[in-house]
Amino acid sequence: MITLSCNDITVSYDDVVLSSVSFSLEKGSFLCIVGENGSGKTTLIKALLGLVPLQSGSVVLDKHVSVGYVSQQTLQQKRFPASVLEIVLSGCRSSFPFYTKNDKKVAKHYMDLMQIGDMGKRSYSELSGGQQQRVRIARALCAQKGLLMLDEPVTGLDPLIARDLYTLLKQLQNMEDITILMVSHDIASALSYATHILHIDKTVCFFGTSDEYKNSAYGQRFLGGSEHA
Amino acid sequence: MLDTLAMLFSYAFMQRALFVGILVAPCAALLGISLVLKRYSMIGDGLSHVGFGAMSVALALGIAPLKIAVPVVILAAFLLLRLSEKSKIGGDAAIALVSTGSIAAGVVVTSLVKGMSTDIYDLMFGSILSMTTEDVYFSIGLSIIVLFLYIILYRKIFAITFDESFAQSCGINTALYTMIIALLTAVTIVIGMRIMGTMLISSLIIFPTLTAMQVCKSFRSVTIWAVIISVLSFAIGLILSFLLSLPAGASIVLINIVFFSIFFLIGKLK
Repeated sequence: MITLSCNDITVSYDDVVLSSVSFSLEKGSFLCIVGENGSGKTTLIKALLGLVPLQSGSVVLDKHVSVGYVSQQTLQQKRFPASVLEIVLSGCRSSFPFYTKNDKKVAKHYMDLMQIGDMGKRSYSELSGGQQQRVRIARALCAQKGLLMLDEPVTGLDPLIARDLYTLLKQLQNMEDITILMVSHDIASALSYATHILHIDKTVCFFGTSDEYKNSAYGQRFLGGSEHA
Repeated sequence: MLDTLAMLFSYAFMQRALFVGILVAPCAALLGISLVLKRYSMIGDGLSHVGFGAMSVALALGIAPLKIAVPVVILAAFLLLRLSEKSKIGGDAAIALVSTGSIAAGVVVTSLVKGMSTDIYDLMFGSILSMTTEDVYFSIGLSIIVLFLYIILYRKIFAITFDESFAQSCGINTALYTMIIALLTAVTIVIGMRIMGTMLISSLIIFPTLTAMQVCKSFRSVTIWAVIISVLSFAIGLILSFLLSLPAGASIVLINIVFFSIFFLIGKLK
Protein backbone atom coordinates (compact mmCIF):
# COMPACT_ATOMS: atom_id res chain seq x y z
CA MET A 1 0.00 0.00 0.00
CA ILE A 2 1.25 3.48 -0.86
CA THR A 3 1.14 6.04 1.96
CA LEU A 4 2.43 8.97 -0.04
CA SER A 5 3.28 9.48 -3.65
CA CYS A 6 5.15 12.42 -5.01
CA ASN A 7 4.55 12.81 -8.74
CA ASP A 8 7.00 14.81 -10.80
CA ILE A 9 6.95 17.94 -8.62
CA THR A 10 8.79 21.17 -9.33
CA VAL A 11 9.22 23.68 -6.49
CA SER A 12 11.06 26.95 -6.14
CA TYR A 13 11.65 28.32 -2.64
CA ASP A 14 14.39 30.33 -0.92
CA ASP A 15 16.66 30.32 -4.00
CA VAL A 16 16.46 26.53 -4.23
CA VAL A 17 14.80 25.02 -7.25
CA LEU A 18 13.79 21.37 -7.11
CA SER A 19 12.72 19.86 -10.39
CA SER A 20 10.90 16.71 -11.45
CA VAL A 21 11.04 14.86 -8.14
CA SER A 22 9.11 11.59 -8.08
CA PHE A 23 9.04 8.80 -5.53
CA SER A 24 6.56 6.83 -3.51
CA LEU A 25 6.46 5.79 0.10
CA GLU A 26 5.28 2.28 1.01
CA LYS A 27 3.24 1.90 4.19
CA GLY A 28 5.51 0.90 7.07
CA SER A 29 8.75 1.97 5.44
CA PHE A 30 11.43 4.26 6.84
CA LEU A 31 12.63 6.64 4.16
CA CYS A 32 15.64 8.82 4.66
CA ILE A 33 16.13 11.79 2.34
CA VAL A 34 19.81 12.63 2.01
CA GLY A 35 21.81 15.19 0.08
CA GLU A 36 24.34 17.92 0.65
CA ASN A 37 23.57 21.35 2.09
CA GLY A 38 21.51 23.38 -0.36
CA SER A 39 20.39 20.27 -2.25
CA GLY A 40 16.74 21.05 -1.44
CA LYS A 41 15.96 18.55 1.35
CA THR A 42 14.07 21.00 3.53
CA THR A 43 12.32 22.51 0.52
CA LEU A 44 11.17 19.02 -0.47
CA ILE A 45 9.73 18.21 2.96
CA LYS A 46 7.95 21.59 3.01
CA ALA A 47 6.52 20.89 -0.43
CA LEU A 48 5.30 17.45 0.69
CA LEU A 49 3.57 19.08 3.67
CA GLY A 50 1.94 21.72 1.49
CA LEU A 51 3.79 24.58 3.20
CA VAL A 52 5.36 25.65 -0.09
CA PRO A 53 3.34 25.90 -3.32
CA LEU A 54 4.08 23.39 -6.09
CA GLN A 55 4.86 24.81 -9.52
CA SER A 56 3.86 21.56 -11.15
CA GLY A 57 3.22 17.94 -10.26
CA SER A 58 1.27 16.59 -7.31
CA VAL A 59 1.65 15.09 -3.85
CA VAL A 60 -0.96 12.46 -3.02
CA LEU A 61 -1.50 11.26 0.52
CA ASP A 62 -3.48 8.11 1.33
CA LYS A 63 -6.83 9.39 2.56
CA HIS A 64 -6.61 7.52 5.86
CA VAL A 65 -3.29 9.15 6.69
CA SER A 66 -2.43 12.44 8.41
CA VAL A 67 1.09 13.72 8.80
CA GLY A 68 2.85 14.54 12.06
CA TYR A 69 5.62 17.01 11.32
CA VAL A 70 8.78 17.43 13.38
CA SER A 71 10.02 20.84 12.26
CA GLN A 72 13.52 22.21 12.77
CA GLN A 73 13.91 23.95 16.09
CA THR A 74 14.33 27.73 15.94
CA LEU A 75 16.29 29.85 18.41
CA GLN A 76 13.22 31.56 19.83
CA GLN A 77 11.59 28.19 20.57
CA LYS A 78 14.51 27.10 22.76
CA ARG A 79 13.60 29.82 25.26
CA PHE A 80 9.83 29.74 24.82
CA PRO A 81 7.85 29.81 28.09
CA ALA A 82 5.74 26.65 27.83
CA SER A 83 5.42 23.42 29.75
CA VAL A 84 6.18 20.09 28.09
CA LEU A 85 2.53 19.05 28.35
CA GLU A 86 1.32 22.28 26.71
CA ILE A 87 3.59 21.66 23.73
CA VAL A 88 2.69 17.99 23.33
CA LEU A 89 -1.04 18.78 23.63
CA SER A 90 -0.75 21.43 20.93
CA GLY A 91 -0.21 18.57 18.47
CA CYS A 92 -3.75 17.25 19.01
CA ARG A 93 -6.00 18.24 16.14
CA SER A 94 -9.40 19.34 17.32
CA SER A 95 -11.56 22.38 17.01
CA PHE A 96 -12.62 22.54 20.66
CA PRO A 97 -11.31 25.63 22.43
CA PHE A 98 -10.03 23.50 25.33
CA TYR A 99 -8.15 20.22 25.53
CA THR A 100 -10.44 17.23 25.96
CA LYS A 101 -9.92 14.15 28.15
CA ASN A 102 -9.10 12.20 25.02
CA ASP A 103 -6.47 14.74 23.94
CA LYS A 104 -4.81 14.36 27.34
CA LYS A 105 -4.91 10.57 27.10
CA VAL A 106 -3.31 10.63 23.64
CA ALA A 107 -0.64 13.10 24.81
CA LYS A 108 0.15 10.95 27.86
CA HIS A 109 0.46 7.83 25.70
CA TYR A 110 2.98 9.38 23.34
CA MET A 111 4.92 11.08 26.13
CA ASP A 112 5.35 7.69 27.80
CA LEU A 113 6.44 6.22 24.48
CA MET A 114 9.04 8.98 24.11
CA GLN A 115 10.15 8.38 27.71
CA ILE A 116 9.20 11.87 28.84
CA GLY A 117 6.05 10.76 30.71
CA ASP A 118 7.19 12.34 33.98
CA MET A 119 8.22 15.70 32.49
CA GLY A 120 4.77 17.12 31.71
CA LYS A 121 5.01 20.04 34.12
CA ARG A 122 8.62 20.92 33.38
CA SER A 123 9.50 23.98 31.39
CA TYR A 124 10.50 23.24 27.80
CA SER A 125 13.29 25.83 27.94
CA GLU A 126 15.01 23.97 30.81
CA LEU A 127 15.30 20.65 28.96
CA SER A 128 18.37 19.34 27.17
CA GLY A 129 18.46 19.30 23.37
CA GLY A 130 17.69 15.57 23.26
CA GLN A 131 14.73 15.93 25.63
CA GLN A 132 13.37 18.88 23.64
CA GLN A 133 13.52 16.79 20.49
CA ARG A 134 11.52 14.02 22.20
CA VAL A 135 8.89 16.59 23.17
CA ARG A 136 8.67 17.69 19.54
CA ILE A 137 8.33 14.11 18.34
CA ALA A 138 5.62 13.42 20.94
CA ARG A 139 3.76 16.51 19.69
CA ALA A 140 4.04 15.29 16.08
CA LEU A 141 2.82 11.84 17.14
CA CYS A 142 -0.34 13.45 18.55
CA ALA A 143 -0.96 15.07 15.17
CA GLN A 144 -0.25 12.04 12.96
CA LYS A 145 -2.28 9.14 11.68
CA GLY A 146 0.27 6.76 10.17
CA LEU A 147 2.98 9.10 8.89
CA LEU A 148 5.75 11.03 10.61
CA MET A 149 7.96 13.55 8.74
CA LEU A 150 11.10 14.77 10.44
CA ASP A 151 13.40 17.57 9.30
CA GLU A 152 16.97 17.01 10.53
CA PRO A 153 15.89 15.63 13.92
CA VAL A 154 19.39 14.94 15.26
CA THR A 155 21.10 18.21 14.30
CA GLY A 156 23.13 19.52 17.22
CA LEU A 157 22.70 16.40 19.37
CA ASP A 158 25.70 14.41 20.52
CA PRO A 159 26.13 11.00 18.84
CA LEU A 160 24.89 8.86 21.75
CA ILE A 161 21.69 10.90 22.14
CA ALA A 162 21.22 10.83 18.37
CA ARG A 163 21.51 7.03 18.42
CA ASP A 164 18.84 6.77 21.15
CA LEU A 165 16.57 8.96 19.08
CA TYR A 166 17.03 6.79 15.99
CA THR A 167 16.28 3.69 18.08
CA LEU A 168 13.06 5.31 19.30
CA LEU A 169 12.05 6.14 15.72
CA LYS A 170 12.77 2.56 14.68
CA GLN A 171 10.49 1.35 17.49
CA LEU A 172 7.72 3.67 16.31
CA GLN A 173 8.07 2.26 12.80
CA ASN A 174 7.97 -1.36 13.96
CA MET A 175 5.63 -1.29 16.95
CA GLU A 176 3.22 1.58 16.27
CA ASP A 177 3.11 0.87 12.54
CA ILE A 178 4.05 4.41 11.62
CA THR A 179 5.63 5.21 8.26
CA ILE A 180 8.63 7.48 8.66
CA LEU A 181 10.11 10.06 6.32
CA MET A 182 13.21 11.78 7.61
CA VAL A 183 15.56 14.38 6.20
CA SER A 184 19.13 14.03 7.38
CA HIS A 185 22.68 14.72 6.36
CA ASP A 186 23.92 12.02 8.73
CA ILE A 187 24.07 9.37 6.01
CA ALA A 188 26.03 6.73 7.85
CA SER A 189 23.48 6.31 10.65
CA ALA A 190 20.55 6.92 8.33
CA LEU A 191 21.64 3.86 6.35
CA SER A 192 21.59 1.56 9.35
CA TYR A 193 18.02 2.53 10.32
CA ALA A 194 16.25 3.42 7.08
CA THR A 195 14.65 0.91 4.74
CA HIS A 196 14.75 3.29 1.77
CA ILE A 197 16.99 6.14 0.67
CA LEU A 198 16.15 9.12 -1.53
CA HIS A 199 19.28 10.99 -2.53
CA ILE A 200 18.58 14.41 -4.00
CA ASP A 201 20.58 17.22 -5.47
CA LYS A 202 18.03 19.63 -6.97
CA THR A 203 16.46 16.52 -8.49
CA VAL A 204 16.37 12.80 -7.71
CA CYS A 205 19.84 11.20 -7.90
CA PHE A 206 18.89 7.91 -6.37
CA PHE A 207 15.77 6.26 -5.00
CA GLY A 208 15.68 2.68 -3.74
CA THR A 209 16.31 0.47 -0.74
CA SER A 210 19.20 1.06 1.62
CA ASP A 211 21.02 -2.04 0.37
CA GLU A 212 20.72 -0.94 -3.24
CA TYR A 213 22.04 2.48 -2.22
CA LYS A 214 25.14 1.01 -0.56
CA ASN A 215 26.05 -0.63 -3.85
CA SER A 216 25.13 2.28 -6.11
CA ALA A 217 27.61 4.75 -7.52
CA TYR A 218 26.11 7.61 -5.45
CA GLY A 219 26.12 5.60 -2.27
CA GLN A 220 29.72 4.50 -2.75
CA ARG A 221 30.85 8.05 -3.33
CA PHE A 222 28.89 9.57 -0.45
CA LEU A 223 29.74 6.85 2.04
CA GLY A 224 33.36 6.71 0.93
CA GLY A 225 33.60 10.44 1.48
CA SER A 226 32.19 10.30 4.97
CA GLU A 227 34.53 7.50 6.03
CA HIS A 228 37.56 9.59 5.19
CA ALA A 229 36.15 12.63 6.92
CA MET B 1 -5.64 59.69 52.09
CA LEU B 2 -9.10 58.13 51.81
CA ASP B 3 -10.56 61.55 51.18
CA THR B 4 -8.15 62.09 48.33
CA LEU B 5 -9.02 58.71 46.85
CA ALA B 6 -12.73 59.45 47.18
CA MET B 7 -12.17 62.76 45.43
CA LEU B 8 -10.17 61.03 42.73
CA PHE B 9 -13.04 58.72 41.88
CA SER B 10 -15.57 61.54 41.95
CA TYR B 11 -14.08 63.08 38.80
CA ALA B 12 -15.81 61.82 35.69
CA PHE B 13 -12.59 62.00 33.63
CA MET B 14 -10.77 59.81 36.18
CA GLN B 15 -13.60 57.27 36.16
CA ARG B 16 -13.49 57.14 32.38
CA ALA B 17 -9.69 56.85 32.23
CA LEU B 18 -9.61 54.11 34.85
CA PHE B 19 -12.47 52.22 33.23
CA VAL B 20 -10.98 52.40 29.73
CA GLY B 21 -7.53 51.49 31.02
CA ILE B 22 -8.69 48.47 32.98
CA LEU B 23 -10.40 47.19 29.83
CA VAL B 24 -7.65 48.05 27.35
CA ALA B 25 -4.61 47.04 29.44
CA PRO B 26 -5.47 43.30 29.51
CA CYS B 27 -6.19 43.39 25.75
CA ALA B 28 -2.76 44.91 25.15
CA ALA B 29 -1.16 42.30 27.43
CA LEU B 30 -2.87 39.36 25.72
CA LEU B 31 -2.02 40.55 22.22
CA GLY B 32 1.48 41.36 23.41
CA ILE B 33 2.19 37.73 24.33
CA SER B 34 2.16 36.63 20.71
CA LEU B 35 3.94 39.76 19.48
CA VAL B 36 6.75 39.51 22.02
CA LEU B 37 7.27 35.76 21.64
CA LYS B 38 7.23 35.95 17.86
CA ARG B 39 9.72 38.84 17.95
CA TYR B 40 7.24 41.35 16.56
CA SER B 41 7.50 43.82 19.47
CA MET B 42 8.69 46.61 17.21
CA ILE B 43 5.44 46.41 15.25
CA GLY B 44 3.59 47.70 18.31
CA ASP B 45 5.96 50.62 18.49
CA GLY B 46 5.66 51.33 14.77
CA LEU B 47 1.87 51.28 14.92
CA SER B 48 1.71 53.88 17.67
CA HIS B 49 3.79 56.23 15.53
CA VAL B 50 1.46 55.69 12.59
CA GLY B 51 -1.40 56.38 15.01
CA PHE B 52 0.23 59.68 15.92
CA GLY B 53 0.47 60.70 12.27
CA ALA B 54 -3.15 59.78 11.56
CA MET B 55 -4.54 61.46 14.69
CA SER B 56 -2.66 64.70 14.31
CA VAL B 57 -3.76 64.98 10.69
CA ALA B 58 -7.35 64.29 11.78
CA LEU B 59 -7.12 66.90 14.58
CA ALA B 60 -5.61 69.47 12.25
CA LEU B 61 -8.39 68.93 9.73
CA GLY B 62 -11.06 68.85 12.42
CA ILE B 63 -12.21 65.28 11.78
CA ALA B 64 -13.04 62.84 14.61
CA PRO B 65 -9.60 61.29 15.29
CA LEU B 66 -10.73 57.67 15.78
CA LYS B 67 -12.51 57.59 12.42
CA ILE B 68 -9.21 58.27 10.64
CA ALA B 69 -6.76 56.60 13.01
CA VAL B 70 -8.46 53.20 13.30
CA PRO B 71 -8.50 52.35 9.58
CA VAL B 72 -5.06 53.87 8.93
CA VAL B 73 -3.42 51.95 11.78
CA ILE B 74 -5.12 48.70 10.74
CA LEU B 75 -3.71 49.16 7.23
CA ALA B 76 -0.30 49.90 8.70
CA ALA B 77 -0.51 46.75 10.84
CA PHE B 78 -0.94 44.55 7.78
CA LEU B 79 1.82 46.38 5.97
CA LEU B 80 4.32 46.14 8.85
CA LEU B 81 3.52 42.46 9.43
CA ARG B 82 4.13 41.73 5.79
CA LEU B 83 7.42 43.64 5.85
CA SER B 84 8.64 41.74 8.92
CA GLU B 85 7.65 38.36 7.50
CA LYS B 86 8.96 38.80 3.99
CA SER B 87 12.32 40.32 4.71
CA LYS B 88 13.69 39.22 8.07
CA ILE B 89 16.71 41.46 7.61
CA GLY B 90 15.08 44.64 6.34
CA GLY B 91 11.96 44.41 8.53
CA ASP B 92 13.20 46.45 11.49
CA ALA B 93 14.63 49.17 9.25
CA ALA B 94 11.35 49.34 7.34
CA ILE B 95 9.44 49.81 10.59
CA ALA B 96 11.76 52.67 11.55
CA LEU B 97 11.09 54.34 8.18
CA VAL B 98 7.33 54.05 8.59
CA SER B 99 7.52 55.29 12.21
CA THR B 100 9.58 58.39 11.58
CA GLY B 101 7.71 59.12 8.36
CA SER B 102 4.39 59.12 10.19
CA ILE B 103 5.64 61.37 12.98
CA ALA B 104 7.08 63.81 10.45
CA ALA B 105 3.85 63.91 8.45
CA GLY B 106 1.80 64.50 11.61
CA VAL B 107 4.02 67.31 12.87
CA VAL B 108 4.23 69.06 9.48
CA VAL B 109 0.48 68.99 8.89
CA THR B 110 -0.22 70.25 12.41
CA SER B 111 2.30 73.11 12.09
CA LEU B 112 0.88 74.17 8.75
CA VAL B 113 -2.71 74.24 9.94
CA LYS B 114 -2.57 75.35 13.57
CA GLY B 115 1.03 75.77 14.61
CA MET B 116 2.53 73.46 17.22
CA SER B 117 0.09 73.13 20.06
CA THR B 118 -0.79 71.23 23.19
CA ASP B 119 -2.50 68.72 20.88
CA ILE B 120 0.91 67.43 19.84
CA TYR B 121 2.11 67.22 23.43
CA ASP B 122 -1.00 65.29 24.46
CA LEU B 123 -0.63 62.87 21.57
CA MET B 124 3.03 62.29 22.36
CA PHE B 125 2.71 61.72 26.09
CA GLY B 126 -0.96 61.03 26.56
CA SER B 127 -3.68 62.72 28.52
CA ILE B 128 -6.31 61.25 30.79
CA LEU B 129 -8.55 64.17 29.98
CA SER B 130 -8.87 62.95 26.40
CA MET B 131 -11.21 60.03 27.13
CA THR B 132 -14.73 60.61 25.87
CA THR B 133 -17.87 58.57 26.40
CA GLU B 134 -17.39 57.31 22.85
CA ASP B 135 -13.97 55.93 23.88
CA VAL B 136 -15.59 54.13 26.80
CA TYR B 137 -18.06 52.32 24.52
CA PHE B 138 -15.29 51.58 22.04
CA SER B 139 -13.10 50.00 24.68
CA ILE B 140 -15.95 47.90 26.11
CA GLY B 141 -16.55 46.51 22.61
CA LEU B 142 -12.86 45.93 21.99
CA SER B 143 -12.20 44.14 25.25
CA ILE B 144 -15.20 41.85 24.82
CA ILE B 145 -14.00 40.89 21.33
CA VAL B 146 -10.37 40.36 22.37
CA LEU B 147 -11.23 38.30 25.45
CA PHE B 148 -13.79 36.20 23.57
CA LEU B 149 -11.45 35.52 20.64
CA TYR B 150 -8.53 34.78 22.93
CA ILE B 151 -10.49 32.13 24.82
CA ILE B 152 -12.03 30.57 21.72
CA LEU B 153 -8.74 30.55 19.80
CA TYR B 154 -6.40 29.87 22.73
CA ARG B 155 -5.19 26.51 21.37
CA LYS B 156 -4.55 27.88 17.92
CA ILE B 157 -2.84 31.01 19.24
CA PHE B 158 -0.50 28.83 21.30
CA ALA B 159 0.26 26.52 18.38
CA ILE B 160 0.95 29.42 16.01
CA THR B 161 3.00 31.41 18.52
CA PHE B 162 5.21 28.45 19.38
CA ASP B 163 5.72 26.95 15.94
CA GLU B 164 4.11 28.43 12.86
CA SER B 165 5.21 25.77 10.37
CA PHE B 166 3.99 22.94 12.60
CA ALA B 167 0.63 24.69 13.03
CA GLN B 168 0.42 25.15 9.27
CA SER B 169 1.17 21.45 8.70
CA CYS B 170 -1.85 20.67 10.93
CA GLY B 171 -4.05 22.70 8.61
CA ILE B 172 -4.30 25.86 10.72
CA ASN B 173 -4.63 29.01 8.62
CA THR B 174 -1.76 30.83 10.29
CA ALA B 175 -1.89 33.88 8.03
CA LEU B 176 -5.54 34.49 9.00
CA TYR B 177 -4.91 34.32 12.75
CA THR B 178 -1.79 36.47 12.53
CA MET B 179 -3.90 39.06 10.71
CA ILE B 180 -6.60 38.92 13.40
CA ILE B 181 -3.93 39.56 16.04
CA ALA B 182 -2.51 42.46 14.00
CA LEU B 183 -5.97 43.97 13.52
CA LEU B 184 -6.86 43.81 17.20
CA THR B 185 -3.43 45.17 18.14
CA ALA B 186 -4.01 48.14 15.86
CA VAL B 187 -7.34 48.99 17.51
CA THR B 188 -5.91 48.48 21.01
CA ILE B 189 -3.04 50.84 20.27
CA VAL B 190 -5.28 53.56 18.89
CA ILE B 191 -7.46 53.52 22.00
CA GLY B 192 -4.63 53.06 24.50
CA MET B 193 -2.37 55.75 23.04
CA ARG B 194 -4.80 58.50 23.98
CA ILE B 195 -4.04 57.86 27.65
CA MET B 196 -0.49 56.51 27.36
CA GLY B 197 0.79 58.63 24.51
CA THR B 198 2.53 57.68 21.28
CA MET B 199 5.91 57.28 22.92
CA LEU B 200 4.70 55.04 25.73
CA ILE B 201 1.80 52.89 24.50
CA SER B 202 3.99 50.00 23.34
CA SER B 203 5.03 49.47 26.97
CA LEU B 204 1.47 48.29 27.64
CA ILE B 205 1.98 45.59 25.01
CA ILE B 206 5.54 44.54 25.79
CA PHE B 207 6.06 44.86 29.55
CA PRO B 208 3.43 42.46 30.96
CA THR B 209 4.64 39.50 28.88
CA LEU B 210 8.31 40.16 29.56
CA THR B 211 7.64 40.57 33.27
CA ALA B 212 5.57 37.38 33.51
CA MET B 213 8.22 35.43 31.56
CA GLN B 214 10.82 36.12 34.25
CA VAL B 215 8.99 33.82 36.65
CA CYS B 216 6.36 31.77 34.80
CA LYS B 217 7.34 28.55 33.09
CA SER B 218 4.15 27.68 31.23
CA PHE B 219 2.29 29.57 28.53
CA ARG B 220 -0.92 29.54 30.55
CA SER B 221 0.70 31.09 33.61
CA VAL B 222 2.42 33.72 31.44
CA THR B 223 -1.01 34.58 29.99
CA ILE B 224 -2.72 34.88 33.37
CA TRP B 225 0.08 36.86 35.01
CA ALA B 226 0.50 39.19 32.05
CA VAL B 227 -3.16 40.19 32.43
CA ILE B 228 -2.88 40.65 36.20
CA ILE B 229 0.33 42.69 35.90
CA SER B 230 -1.10 44.91 33.17
CA VAL B 231 -4.25 45.77 35.14
CA LEU B 232 -2.37 46.37 38.39
CA SER B 233 0.30 48.54 36.74
CA PHE B 234 -2.32 50.61 35.01
CA ALA B 235 -4.48 51.16 38.09
CA ILE B 236 -1.58 51.87 40.46
CA GLY B 237 0.16 54.11 37.92
CA LEU B 238 -2.97 56.13 37.20
CA ILE B 239 -3.86 56.67 40.86
CA LEU B 240 -0.25 57.57 41.70
CA SER B 241 -0.13 60.05 38.84
CA PHE B 242 -3.21 61.78 40.24
CA LEU B 243 -1.90 61.89 43.81
CA LEU B 244 1.53 63.20 42.81
CA SER B 245 0.37 65.31 39.84
CA LEU B 246 2.48 63.35 37.38
CA PRO B 247 1.68 62.47 33.75
CA ALA B 248 -0.37 59.24 33.72
CA GLY B 249 1.38 57.39 30.89
CA ALA B 250 4.86 57.84 32.32
CA SER B 251 3.72 56.80 35.82
CA ILE B 252 2.18 53.62 34.42
CA VAL B 253 5.40 52.74 32.60
CA LEU B 254 7.42 53.31 35.78
CA ILE B 255 5.13 51.00 37.76
CA ASN B 256 5.58 48.42 34.98
CA ILE B 257 9.34 48.74 35.45
CA VAL B 258 8.93 48.20 39.20
CA PHE B 259 6.94 45.01 38.53
CA PHE B 260 9.53 43.87 36.00
CA SER B 261 12.37 44.39 38.49
CA ILE B 262 10.55 42.45 41.20
CA PHE B 263 9.78 39.53 38.87
CA PHE B 264 13.31 39.61 37.48
CA LEU B 265 14.76 39.28 41.00
CA ILE B 266 12.32 36.48 41.91
CA GLY B 267 13.27 34.68 38.70
CA LYS B 268 16.98 34.98 39.50
CA LEU B 269 16.58 33.83 43.10
CA LYS B 270 14.48 30.79 42.20
